[in-house]
Amino acid sequence: MSHHIVEVHELEHTYPDGTAAVRGISFRIHHGEAVAVVGANGAGKSTLLLHLNGYLTPQSGTVRIGDFPLTKETVKDIRRAVGMIFQDPDDQLFMPSVYEDVAFGPLNLGLPPEEVEQRVQQALQRTGVEHLRERPPYKLSGGEKRAVAIATVLAMSPDILVMDEPTSNLDPLSRRTLIELLAGFHHTKIIATHDLDMVIDLCERTIVIHEGTIMADGPTTDIFNDDLLLKKSHLERPLRMQACPFCSRR
Amino acid sequence: MAKIESAFLDLTYLDRLATGDTVIHRLDPRVKVVIAALFVVCVVSFDKYAIAAMLPFAVLLMIIMGLGEIPAGYVITKLVVTSPFAVMVGIFNPLLDQQIVLHLGSWAISGGWVSFLSILLRFGLTVAAMLVLIATTGFNQVCMALERLGIPKIFAVQLLMLYRYIFVLLEEGQRMHRARALRSFQKRGMEMKQYAYLLGQLLLRTIDRGQRIHLAMLCRGFDGTIRIRQNLRITTRDIVVFLAGGMVLIVIRRFNIALLLGNFITDLLQ
Repeated sequence: MSHHIVEVHELEHTYPDGTAAVRGISFRIHHGEAVAVVGANGAGKSTLLLHLNGYLTPQSGTVRIGDFPLTKETVKDIRRAVGMIFQDPDDQLFMPSVYEDVAFGPLNLGLPPEEVEQRVQQALQRTGVEHLRERPPYKLSGGEKRAVAIATVLAMSPDILVMDEPTSNLDPLSRRTLIELLAGFHHTKIIATHDLDMVIDLCERTIVIHEGTIMADGPTTDIFNDDLLLKKSHLERPLRMQACPFCSRR
Repeated sequence: MAKIESAFLDLTYLDRLATGDTVIHRLDPRVKVVIAALFVVCVVSFDKYAIAAMLPFAVLLMIIMGLGEIPAGYVITKLVVTSPFAVMVGIFNPLLDQQIVLHLGSWAISGGWVSFLSILLRFGLTVAAMLVLIATTGFNQVCMALERLGIPKIFAVQLLMLYRYIFVLLEEGQRMHRARALRSFQKRGMEMKQYAYLLGQLLLRTIDRGQRIHLAMLCRGFDGTIRIRQNLRITTRDIVVFLAGGMVLIVIRRFNIALLLGNFITDLLQ
């Protein structure tokens, strides 16, 4: 795949209970871009993400990942190209040991054992958790689980990383470590989050979603300076862009 | 509440025991699984009034526990906690079977009591054997061994997943229980009806999680088979232990060692 482009055109999705979660979303994300998807709870972020790895197929509109339109036939290639990192690492780490979890994807790709070994080693190294190799996932700390979850995805060598709330439930130091790790990746990144301070660090572009439609799409700094827009979409300025509560009082 | 929490700690404790490094721990899991199964089959195949003939099995188990450095207190506590099931199974025997089979001095003992005791002993031996197997092998290794021994992969994977998520499930249940306990005062809010809601809620959450896990698997190219890494290797030592262990089990099952020993001692005394 030459270009790791993600293109969504007029995407719509209505759940069986009648909730129109996504109502006509279009955007185009280029190779190597890091884009934040922000919005209120229930704005449609998760539904959108589920389309990007082919868990949901478009009811109307199209999704293109790289050279493939998303259809039932291409879903396998798309899942290889798009690495999805879940909000709850417990959902993602289902094997009895860290090693087996990271090897799960490469083994499914049908790679030879030496190649699997090499990929696992590289992925664990990249996320700095080689020492956890033989440990069972349920005994890891939150930060460790997150790092291993990312390793499981990296072992598939995806072109695009899609993340749902990567910094939730992490202590500040683990969060910082994670942000630095993500900043070092050259993949195309799509991050759905409420952690707007992380967005400043990682994403040059932000898409604001409100009630299933795109409210704004543009450079992160522009969006975070538009107070009216932020208020309308249930957001507020990242803490770092707010006045200091102590010095600004007088 | 304390019960759920201690059950949780218990599993971790069992896991910790399994990381030990003794003669028993080092044996190939397959050997241990087969020997443990043989042990159970031998014990349950005894006649319904058998008691003395089973005692050599108890001795054998104690030797293995000693070698594997499994604390006896732990195993006994587990047996006591689970014993109500066995008691329930056997409790009617003394009522149904009142024929006197044994006289201890002036005390007549009915067949029912003997078979009840026999049931308890069988229960104790088999459950303890399984505990010792897991405590010296680790649950995951037991599953791997089962898979290698030819049980359908789907069962092995089910067991592995069960063990992986039992911790998550327990934690979830614990949180819900705590949330409810904190808002119940005296006995109110703790009735059976609330338990039903709690369980229903837990089931729904579990289904949701199951769906998310499945999605996570699909994202990484899951195609219906789970590939488990196998690193089990049988050595000559394993084969020797297997043959010797199997032989010992068959011999003590075939011959009533306790009786032979008793006769031998009475002969000597005379």
